[in-house]
Order: sequence, then C-alpha cells, then structure tokens
Amino acid sequence: MSWERWRIPLMLAPTLTVIIVLFIGALFYGLIQSLGWNPRIGATEISLDAYYNIIFGEEHSRAFWTGLALNLWVSIASTVLSAAIAIAAALLLRETFIGKRVSTFLFQLNLPIPHVVAAIGMSFLLSQSGLLSRIGASMGLISSPGDFPILIKDSWGLGIIIAYIWKEVPFIGVIVLAVLQSLGQDYEDIARSLGANSWQRFRYVILPLIMPGVLSASIIVFAFTFGSYEVPALLGVRFPRMLPVTSLRFFTDPDLNSRAEGMAMSMIIAFIVLILVLLYMWISRRSVRD
Amino acid sequence: MQNEQSTIKTILHRTAVAILILALLSPLIGFFINAFAFRWFYPQLIPQEITMRAWENVADPNSKVIEALINSSVLAVSVTIISIIIGLPAARALGLHQFRGKTIVEFLVLAPTIIPGIAIAIGLNINFLRWGLAGTIFGVGLVHLVPVMPYVVLTLSGVFANYNPEFEQQARTLGAGPLRTFINVTLPSVFPGIVVAGLFAFLVSWSQYILTFLIGGGRVITLPVLLFSTASGGNNANTAAMSLVFIAPAILILILTSRFLSGNSAAIGGFGKV
Repeated sequence: MSWERWRIPLMLAPTLTVIIVLFIGALFYGLIQSLGWNPRIGATEISLDAYYNIIFGEEHSRAFWTGLALNLWVSIASTVLSAAIAIAAALLLRETFIGKRVSTFLFQLNLPIPHVVAAIGMSFLLSQSGLLSRIGASMGLISSPGDFPILIKDSWGLGIIIAYIWKEVPFIGVIVLAVLQSLGQDYEDIARSLGANSWQRFRYVILPLIMPGVLSASIIVFAFTFGSYEVPALLGVRFPRMLPVTSLRFFTDPDLNSRAEGMAMSMIIAFIVLILVLLYMWISRRSVRD
Repeated sequence: MQNEQSTIKTILHRTAVAILILALLSPLIGFFINAFAFRWFYPQLIPQEITMRAWENVADPNSKVIEALINSSVLAVSVTIISIIIGLPAARALGLHQFRGKTIVEFLVLAPTIIPGIAIAIGLNINFLRWGLAGTIFGVGLVHLVPVMPYVVLTLSGVFANYNPEFEQQARTLGAGPLRTFINVTLPSVFPGIVVAGLFAFLVSWSQYILTFLIGGGRVITLPVLLFSTASGGNNANTAAMSLVFIAPAILILILTSRFLSGNSAAIGGFGKV
C-alpha cells in the first residue's frame, strides 16, 4: 500500500532530479551570480549594477537595445514565415501523387542537419560569390559579385532569417503532417458535402484542427531563434548584433566585470523568452477557445 | 472542362512540390562542390580543377576531425541511452497516470526547450569548474541531458498515452516476473517510440554547440566545436568537407529510422499536444 503511494514520485524522480539540479540550478546560480552574490570571494551584497549597465549604461545600452530589436525582428519573422510555409508544404505533401514517398523523405532530410551546418550552407549558397550569385552571373543577370544583394552578414539579419526558415519549415511541417494524417479525410468530406469550397474547407475545417500543433511548434521555434547562438554568430554583423552573441562575448571577456554583464544579459534573454512564450500561450489558448 | 481543370491543378501541384524540394536541397549542393573544389574562380559554376586536399585534412590527426568524430559519437550515444533510461519511467507516469501536480511536472519537463542554452551554460559554468566537471566529456554529457530530456519524455509519454497496461497484468498473472514482463511485453510495444525518442536525443546532443563549448572549455573537441572554429577561419574547402563528415551520420540515422517516423505518427503527434 505504501509502495503505491510512492510509485509515481519514484517514476518521476530521475527526470526531475536532472531538470532541477542542472536546469533550475543553472538558472538559479546564473541569477545570483549576475546579481553579484558570490560568498567565495566575500561578495554577499546583492547589486543590480550589471543589469543597470546593460539597460541604461552609456557603454552597453546601445548594443542591448539594438540587439533586442534585431532579436525580436529575426525571431518573429522566422517563426511566422516558417509556420506559413510549413502549413503550405504539409498541404502539398498530403495530396496523393507519384513520388510522394520520395518527396516526403526529401522534405525531412534537413531535419537532422545541425544549425552550424545550416549557417555554413546558407553562406555557400547566398554570399555575394556564392552559388546563386554564380548562377545569376552565368545567366547574364549580374556581372560581378558586387551586383548580388548582400544577404549574408547584412544588418537586417536576412541571412539569419533565411537559415532559420530553411531549418524550421521541415520541423513544423512534419508535425503538421502528422496531425493531418491522424485526422484523416472525414472532416473535409463532410464540409465538402455541405458545400464548402476549398478555401472554406481550409479556413474553417483544416486550419482550426492543425492550429494547436502549429502553435506549439511555433513556440519552440520562436524560443529557439531568440536564444540561439550559432547562426547569428556566423551570419550576423557586428552592429546590430543579436543578444546571445553579445552575451557570450561579454562572458568570455578577460575583464571580470564584463563577465557579470554577460551573465545578466543571458538572464535577460531567458526572462524575455519566458514572458513572451507565456503571453503567446495565453493569447493563443484564448483565441483557440473562442 | 473538368478534366482540363484538374490537369492544370496537377501541374501546379507538381511545380510547387518541385520548388519546395529544390529550395530545401539547394543549400546542400555547396558542400559537395566546395569540398572538392580547387581554385574555384567566380563566376564558374563548376570548379575547373578537383582536389582531395580537404579530405586529406579530414584524415590528418592534426586537424582533430577524427578525434572530434569519436567524441561526438561517444557523447551522443551515451546521452541517448542514459536519457531513455532516465526518461522512460517519467514518460510512463505522465502518459498513463493522473496525479496531483502533473501540470507543474509537465511544465518543468518542457521548460528546457524554451529557455536558451546560453543561459544554462553560463549558469553552470562556474559550478562545473568547482566540481571538476568542466572540461571533461562526462561533464559535457551531463549538461547535454538538459536539452535532450524534454524531447525524450515528450515523445515517450505520447506513446504511453496510447498504451494498454492490461497486457502487463496478464503476463504477471501467467507467472512472468517484473523484468520478464518489461522485456517481453512493455518494451516491444513502446519500441517504435523509443526509436523516435532515441533519434531526437541523438540529434540534439550531436548538434549541441554552446553547451559543449562553455562546459567543455576547449578541452572537449566535438564536431560542432571544431566546425565552428574552422568556419570562422574561412577555408571553404576544409569547412565543407568537415560539414559533410558532420551531416553524414545524422542523415544515415534519419534513413534508418524514417519508417518509424512516418509509420508511427503517435510519437511525433505528441508534439502537437505540447
């Protein structure tokens, strides 16, 4: 009888131990250290200096606010465009056609490709002397690399956004495909027999059914693109610079004051992501219910 | 008339699928050209001279590619196995049982997918130095568990949600012990889910850069770490060859597990319920 009572806590214990010690612990230590609390070196006073320097300080505030703006722009653009393209792609691949199996497999092919590699592939394709530029030149559309638009290392983060879209379309698409598969054809057949045209079937039948899946996949994509380091580090410019890149630069700076600022910035990134995700979930839950 | 319209529709559909697939594959073409190109002048589409120099660099012990490949494989395989052993009971509890505080547990399990790795790596950095775990492959593997656990538990709990535990009861009634029941009844029925969870776990660990970089402190060289510094260095041929070494095992695993991905949608469908 007492065994039954402890059964579920025991089953959860290993996973929760890992998450509490390594994840919650990491955030806790990151937070108190960014507040300057480090009893080992005798620092037992809480101070908001690092946060103040980042948000209002003369030296760093410009990098912070422009970085924040770039972060929001890149994450929102990547998430919205990825979700829209992924839905379209899933609807295309759902039809019955010759080569469906091969197409679906090729669609998933870049899922396992790491983001470092995705960034490199994009610069091979889209840099001013990249493949696309060479194709343009051999077709006579442009005459030199300088004629090709700057997409890699541009100040609008276009290369970063394209790399993210390339990676995340299959991620969201596979989830939407799985949801569509489990729904089957019945709902649409009923809608069709009631006289709904193809746009109405999409808007009022399919979209509401796949929306929960799309929303949860988009949350993961948004949070990932907001806090990820590799792609903006390889494809971004010095100014404006996305926050995770600035954060790591501060943290690995030999100057120990910068270290606290790097920690503070990583805490701010985590905090903003958390707030935006909670807000997004709250709004989307409400709109799904309505 | 009807027929003509459906022909146009078919052509449009094929064209759209072709464009989609081409757009997804085109960034990969550059790797194959760059890895073999020698003096590839603009605007040549195909390099005039071919060289194996980048591949000699891959095989050269000084380039550390082989060392990185071994480290990455050891890490990803151990993290996969350990995460499944740790995650399986929790996934069962979440998939099969209702209990108090379930929402909080689900939130805790999901949270690492939302909080950026950089915040975790920076937060753990000093503690891991203090505990002597920084710069060790064991320490790096331990940290990899953080981003891996959500995917494993989520995928497996989706599978357990459609699982019927009564078969275990029957096996026990027929005299099978707990271990035999687990091996002969539970494991086979959740196996497709374990494969998909394993695929996710492997790939998340395999692609991990920032956690390895900050916890490994330059002493644990994995493929992402090595590739990142090579890419920053600007030698396209070496970067491309190394990228192919990095992509190949990931694609191979996708091919081996693809029948589980498309055949058993319950595992992926689990993400729809996040």
